[in-house]
Amino acid sequence: MDFLFITQQTLSATIGVNTIIFALAAIGLNMHFGYTGLLNFGQAGFLAIGAYSVAVPVISFGLPLWVAFLIGIVNSVIFALILGIPTLRLRADYLAIVTIAAAEIVRQIARSATFNSTLGGSDGITGKFGEEFFALNPFKSGLNTPILRFNANDLWVVITGWLLVAVIVFFMWIMVNSPWGRLMRAIREDEDAVRSLGKNVYLYKMQSLIIGGVIGACGGFVYALSRQSVQPDNYGTALTFFAYTVLILGGAARVFSPVVGAMIFWFLIVFIEQVLRQGVTNDLIPDWLIGVNQVSQIRFMLMGIGLMLLMIFRPQGIFGDKKELALDAKA
Amino acid sequence: MQRHSDANMDFVAVTAETPGSAKPDPILIADHITRTFGGLTAVNVAHLEIQRGSITALIGPNGAGKTTFFNLLTGYDSPNSGSWTFNGLALNGVPPHKVARLGMVRTFQLTKALYRLTVLENMALGARGQKGESVFASIFPWLWRAQDEEIQKKALSILDNFKLIDKKDDFAAALSGGQRKLLEMARALMVEPEMVMLDEPMAGVNPALKQSLLEHIKELRNEGKTVLFVEHDMDMVHEISDWVVVMSQGEVIAEGTPASVMKNEQVIEAYLGAHHNVNLSAEGGE
Repeated sequence: MDFLFITQQTLSATIGVNTIIFALAAIGLNMHFGYTGLLNFGQAGFLAIGAYSVAVPVISFGLPLWVAFLIGIVNSVIFALILGIPTLRLRADYLAIVTIAAAEIVRQIARSATFNSTLGGSDGITGKFGEEFFALNPFKSGLNTPILRFNANDLWVVITGWLLVAVIVFFMWIMVNSPWGRLMRAIREDEDAVRSLGKNVYLYKMQSLIIGGVIGACGGFVYALSRQSVQPDNYGTALTFFAYTVLILGGAARVFSPVVGAMIFWFLIVFIEQVLRQGVTNDLIPDWLIGVNQVSQIRFMLMGIGLMLLMIFRPQGIFGDKKELALDAKA
Repeated sequence: MQRHSDANMDFVAVTAETPGSAKPDPILIADHITRTFGGLTAVNVAHLEIQRGSITALIGPNGAGKTTFFNLLTGYDSPNSGSWTFNGLALNGVPPHKVARLGMVRTFQLTKALYRLTVLENMALGARGQKGESVFASIFPWLWRAQDEEIQKKALSILDNFKLIDKKDDFAAALSGGQRKLLEMARALMVEPEMVMLDEPMAGVNPALKQSLLEHIKELRNEGKTVLFVEHDMDMVHEISDWVVVMSQGEVIAEGTPASVMKNEQVIEAYLGAHHNVNLSAEGGE
């Protein structure tokens, strides 16, 4: 077994592009679910809107990339308004149903043949829409050390991506510790009580939905740029549920938990995969037990078992407070 | 205390003890309010006035429509018909948070403490006009820090008065049922209401805390606030209320001083049905 290779692959994934994407998606969900109690099951829709908003204006309409970013933010705000206006006055479970449906509608529209010429249908969009971004890359060669390895483009995405995460986490931290954040947590606990104190709950829930959605769209920006392509089926419900996994892994309603949760998530997936792969190719794991082609499915099974164990033995997540979780029973 | 009692005695003296009687200085006037759930008429109040600066009890047997009436008045539910005014302002269709901002703040029958917020955070939430509650201002702490410190100070002084000061950093979920009732009332005071609507403030509260809650309610009247409360505890009704309104099957069936209402034949009938030989007054009820 090549332990150095396993280490290199695992560590690179732990701080890699996917971790950044999932961290951003989960930070947005943390705003929605962790702090405001909004059950948004359509986070993938916000990422899709971010990703398409970066690619389509540049490729199909020849606009500059920074304009595409602005369009992405505006679009995610509009999407949040469309989701929120009809549902935020209703009970929380309605939002869950509407968001999961809306995210699927976004994906189905994106892959429909009708918009083939602009959105690329089920093949999505591939092209050099990130050219202006990579032109700014000061690194001419990638990073290749025994423990970390990125090509030049990935290195640039990783550095700018983590800067973006840092800025967002910083502002999240300030906001959730302000009276605004206190109000958000109060809404999570009991909306009617907050209304009785003269606060416009609907307005604040909308703000939460928009802010978390825009952060999710930022995850979509990173997703699209890092791959230089947008595939509609990457933005299915699985993405939303992985983002929830990341959030719960870290512990909801803690500012850093989505970041650490995403790192652990990708650490485990890549580590398990690499170990299995090395085991199989070096005949340490017999062929009748796990074949080479089964590795990528089996890593998710093991991941699932790991998550079950976490929920049984540490239901509050890595950062959560078990006492606080117990209070949820509305004693 | 004495001054207010005198003022209230005046209002009591000049007000007729009939359902829907006119008060000298009403803060809340309700007219023809009905609310039906399917075929059931839960609330059907022809006319009701609540005297400013008084403690008025709203009593009635289970299912009389008291809590539904509360929900209608505070905007948590919409009536099928009717209108009502608070301080002369029509409240039809006004959402709950605006009702609260106008100065009519309520508590709930099933206490709504915000469990995973500390007691102090629960209190601070009640303050009005917080700059730091704007999404844009929230990222500039220097804009709201001073105001928030003032709010905390005020919250602490109210908590001190309610003897919850030792609990200020505990999660609200860690309080006992009675303490949560206290917290909810204290939090309502942070809104600086003109009128406080208490939905069963004594339910599930132990006798020692009950006495302190009573004192707090009297104190509200001394500060010139109006209190309307729903209660089943006749001792409490007798002890602190200036005026009692009795509801049964959605309608106001009697009004008057605690003593007179409890002798009212209709009221006794509503509570006990036709078979009654029990005195409902405070002394005989025990």
